[in-house]
Amino acid sequence: MLGYLIEKEFKQIKRDWILPKLILIFPFIALILLPYAANFDIKDTRVVVVDNDKSSYSNQILNKLRANTSININYFEDTYAKAMDLIQEDRADMIINIPSGFEKDYIVNKNSKLLIAVNTVNGMKGSISAMYAQNIISDFSLEKNSSIQVINSPSMEIQPLYAFNKTLNYKFFMVPALMVMILTLICGFLPAFNIVGEKEKGNMEQINVSPITKPVFILSKLIPYWIIGAIVISIGFLVAWLFYGITPQGSIFTVYIFSFIFTLAISGLGLVLSNYAQSYQQAVFMMFFFIMILILMSGLYTPFTSMPPWAQAIGSFSPLKYFIDVMRCVYLKGSNIVELLPQLYALLGFVAVVNTWAILSYRKKN
Amino acid sequence: MEDVIVVRDLTKRFGHFVAVDNISFNVKKGEIFGFLGANGAGKTTAMRILCGLSRPTSGEAWVGGFDIRHESEKIKKNIGYMSQKFSLYQDLKVWENIKLFAGIYGMKRNEIASKTDILLKELGFEKEKNTLVKDLPLGWKQKLAFSVAIFHNPKIVFLDEPTGGVDPITRRQFWEMIYNASQKGITVFVTTHYMDEAEYCDRISIMVDGRIEAMSSPKELKREFNAENIDEVFRLLAKKSTRKEI
Repeated sequence: MLGYLIEKEFKQIKRDWILPKLILIFPFIALILLPYAANFDIKDTRVVVVDNDKSSYSNQILNKLRANTSININYFEDTYAKAMDLIQEDRADMIINIPSGFEKDYIVNKNSKLLIAVNTVNGMKGSISAMYAQNIISDFSLEKNSSIQVINSPSMEIQPLYAFNKTLNYKFFMVPALMVMILTLICGFLPAFNIVGEKEKGNMEQINVSPITKPVFILSKLIPYWIIGAIVISIGFLVAWLFYGITPQGSIFTVYIFSFIFTLAISGLGLVLSNYAQSYQQAVFMMFFFIMILILMSGLYTPFTSMPPWAQAIGSFSPLKYFIDVMRCVYLKGSNIVELLPQLYALLGFVAVVNTWAILSYRKKN
Repeated sequence: MEDVIVVRDLTKRFGHFVAVDNISFNVKKGEIFGFLGANGAGKTTAMRILCGLSRPTSGEAWVGGFDIRHESEKIKKNIGYMSQKFSLYQDLKVWENIKLFAGIYGMKRNEIASKTDILLKELGFEKEKNTLVKDLPLGWKQKLAFSVAIFHNPKIVFLDEPTGGVDPITRRQFWEMIYNASQKGITVFVTTHYMDEAEYCDRISIMVDGRIEAMSSPKELKREFNAENIDEVFRLLAKKSTRKEI
């Protein structure tokens, strides 16, 4: 019975004028465009230097800063206040203030102070460029074997997510996670519209009056999207490799296993909503609501650990969170399946709960 | 003759609205049972309850010997159903629809293939085997829907206004198909608005405002109401209706 139903689903998808094209093109476009849109790499930070020391050491620091491609020293000012004016006028992003006596303190006390002030109107950009500058200065102090205390204004938090992505290339961070998003959109939305579509066209009535069992019906809806999910994620791997040279540090099989499990969870969620929705409109709206929350709470764009605890608690109900974790760990750190067992159990839990719910909420009778 | 449908005091309420009001009747094996009534009289609701698509508020019924309250999945194995709204898959071909539903009812692949060819020949649909269902004219669609509903040889077939919007010639052919099915021993439970079609039934019931106001053979009813035809009988009864069309 199941075979006939799956055959039918594939025929319908194949005959749709737009769906097969979308399924194939969407991962390409999304992976080629989105990493640039969601790019937090900081280029051309405009720096104003207030060098009150004018010593050989301060010169060496400035030369080191000049050597860095992401930092441009555009202005020199005498006072901090004048430098601040440039920031106010949005002609500079960062002030590096070397106080007088910097070199002396450095040689005599082996400890001197330096101020970095960053425009944090765009918080992400600000803290990342401050970190660039800070890294350069600590490099310098390591060479000289003494410490420079960098005073930050405002203070910043160094995020652990850069630990395995030393180049701070945002694409390495975003591409694996974007694959998760693409899988979510295709394998979440399509099933959500599927059952409700049959309700609107009247096909459901003919199915409901047949002896088809609930689990078989739900499986017949789940399996096609499972296979589509495998195709979509494979395209994702290919694009990541061809366009960005990104390949998993860990095993590709680990990624496949997790994407199979994840697809079952997100398609199951789509089917649950489809069971409750009485029209396309309702299904679209409900799905948007859930997917938006699931994506934003999952740590796709922002580090999960920097959310407040209550938000993390909500986010831990998002299967995306676990799969994005897995993708980043396998792609960047090379984690294996044993290290990812907590995520595996969490995703399997989602699959079980969501699909049981899908079976129970499918009503043949009203 | 054994009764394949037994209905006792069946009632369905939607809030304060009583769609089906305490109806009782029996349908015998192989009979063509016409279920008549104006729009909103409760025909479709009653039929949906018997098919296991809807739960009754009270009362009991057995279809094919199975209780509608606890054994609706068993009932579904033994019935065919053709809904008022065309419900085959429009984006599947003629043979694909037949294959799908035959498969759902557990028929074997080779049996499906050979029976499909015979059916298409009988219908004169050989050339349309590979046509998408949405491209068929309405009358052909209805014939196909009926054929699919009885393809798995059910004990009973429920037809909800099967000839709505169909031209007179195709309606005639449709009723020939109903007769053929009946001769094979399939019980036919059919709702209709066409009173000439009611004359083709072995027995008819006329529903007014959720209640069965008359039930007998067309001949008996005409005599009872001293009417020329069923149309007249229907008009006499339908006048009693206080319910607005819904």
